[in-house]
Amino acid sequence: MEGLLNPRLMRNLLPAFSLTILLILIFYIQPRTMSYLGLNLLLNLALPIAFATLAQMCVMTVNDLDLGIGSFVGFVACVGATFLRDTPAIGILILLGCVGVYAGLGALIHQRNLPSIVVTLGMSFVWLGLALLVLPTPGGKAPDWARAIMTWKTPMVPFTIYASIFVALAVHFLLMRSAYGVVLRGAGGNPRSVERAGWSLLRIKMAMYALAGFFGILSGIALIGLTTSADANIALRYTLLSIAGAILGGGEFVGGRISPIGAVIGATTLTLAGSFLSFLRISPDWQIGAQGGILIIVLALRVLINRMEAK
Amino acid sequence: MNSAKPGLKHIMSAPWIWAYLAAFVVWLATVLFTGGQGSIQILSAALSFATFSVIVGIGQMYVITLGPGNVDLSIPATMTFAGAVSMKIMDTQDAMIVPGLLIAIGCGAAVGIFNYGLIRALRIPPIIATLSSSFLVQSAAIAYGRGIKIKPPPILADFTTWRIFDIPVLAICVIALAAVMSVVLHRTVFGRSVTAIGQNQRAAALAGIPVDFIRFATYVQSAVFAGLCGYLLSGFSGGASLNMGAEYLLASIAVVVIGGTSVAGGHSNVPGLWGAALFMFLLVTMLNTYGLTAGYRLILTGLIIVTVITLAGGRKQE
Repeated sequence: MEGLLNPRLMRNLLPAFSLTILLILIFYIQPRTMSYLGLNLLLNLALPIAFATLAQMCVMTVNDLDLGIGSFVGFVACVGATFLRDTPAIGILILLGCVGVYAGLGALIHQRNLPSIVVTLGMSFVWLGLALLVLPTPGGKAPDWARAIMTWKTPMVPFTIYASIFVALAVHFLLMRSAYGVVLRGAGGNPRSVERAGWSLLRIKMAMYALAGFFGILSGIALIGLTTSADANIALRYTLLSIAGAILGGGEFVGGRISPIGAVIGATTLTLAGSFLSFLRISPDWQIGAQGGILIIVLALRVLINRMEAK
Repeated sequence: MNSAKPGLKHIMSAPWIWAYLAAFVVWLATVLFTGGQGSIQILSAALSFATFSVIVGIGQMYVITLGPGNVDLSIPATMTFAGAVSMKIMDTQDAMIVPGLLIAIGCGAAVGIFNYGLIRALRIPPIIATLSSSFLVQSAAIAYGRGIKIKPPPILADFTTWRIFDIPVLAICVIALAAVMSVVLHRTVFGRSVTAIGQNQRAAALAGIPVDFIRFATYVQSAVFAGLCGYLLSGFSGGASLNMGAEYLLASIAVVVIGGTSVAGGHSNVPGLWGAALFMFLLVTMLNTYGLTAGYRLILTGLIIVTVITLAGGRKQE
């Protein structure tokens, strides 16, 4: 009993707990979702959102926020549906360049001590503009391999579930269990002591931003694998979703407190929230509101847990 | 404060001068391209549109002055919500203009109180609190507005678009508002407390400033200005629409930072808001005049904002 009431454990279990509650409610209201096809439809779009959330989490690790990730994912989707299919070499070069740009943003924000929200908000215009240049009207076609991966019929449960678990564990080991991961997170928790220990804060920030760019690219490619065509505005709402997902999953925005597994679970929860509302026959008008509501409830629960810890 | 020292040197060292210079250069570049045609009309339009960025910019500036991490991301949602509710209640009747205004301000105040409630009760950073509440407010606006665009009362529409010799009257009112808010910032206990908290919250608290109350008032004030802006913008643009606030997220933050207010808090700048707002509008006008497509226009807007912030807003890492 005492093990269960351990605040730290409870805080870590909170994201999984919220997801379970939501799943149980959905299964209860609409039992037919408890099938391969049902799960596939429910979780279809979870993977790109999970990647975008991981990207946001990387930026949050160093106490920043990326308000441009949504348009970036849209840009990647546009490149994916054009260059990456027609001339893969150029497509790959463009995407590598994007990772470089993200690393550069990290360097700029660190060197000049700029507010990340303004810089990334400005960049969101740049990505959107670039996406419109690449693909002025919605269209293009996803590369066959992206399509093949995203529609892969895996045994037992849909591909999304395997992929989410794999990605969550991989990032968990990279950031939470590796020696360099500790340094990366430490840069968010106590930058000064990390710097005194001889690590370059500049390099850490560049690494985290580059990693964010990398996950943004995965998000864009996963997205066109599902939608088959692209549009510059396809992922604009991912900016807010990714922030909400990362927070929902236990990210704390300050102090390098993050949780990759939680982020993936948080993204899945937000994806499910929309379906849940439609099963309750609540108008889709309230979809964003419900996501905000879930966010507030989970944050409130976390306050309760933290208060228990303080006692 | 160094406000009493006149002279060119003093003016050139003021952080807000750069915003006006940039606005002037962009205007000149546009007018040279058109061969002087429409130079007055461009300025007049810039004044009209800059008005709305300045209204939300004032609120945002007070919030940003409170120190790092303080920013109000709920401004676009609040504008949409206040605009939708007030337009629906006024129902195009001129007699309802004043109640409508009070309702818009009330909507703003309610969002502001809710925002600060979240910040306090959940002990979460303001960015997250205002973001979460903006989800709820946006949804409420969507559900309430239901896609129908209700026209503003004729007198409100006439007032917000009223011009005397090409000078928009609303802009003059907002210039006066900015002047008042500048006095409030520099000469009243409230304004001084906001600045003090931004410079050092701990010291401010030890000096006996009611930090909690001042922060609360600042967030409510920001939301009230957003509500007011939603009301006026709905009148100006012929009704509330569900995405009318969208561009004001960037605008409200950008005019503050480009206008010379320190993003680290504790130093704010009211005149700069107008310069920055004019610059932002004239920039888009210039790119339009040059006949660039939407793609290039967006890219250049983004790059110029990032560049200006790098040059103006940045401080060397110590």
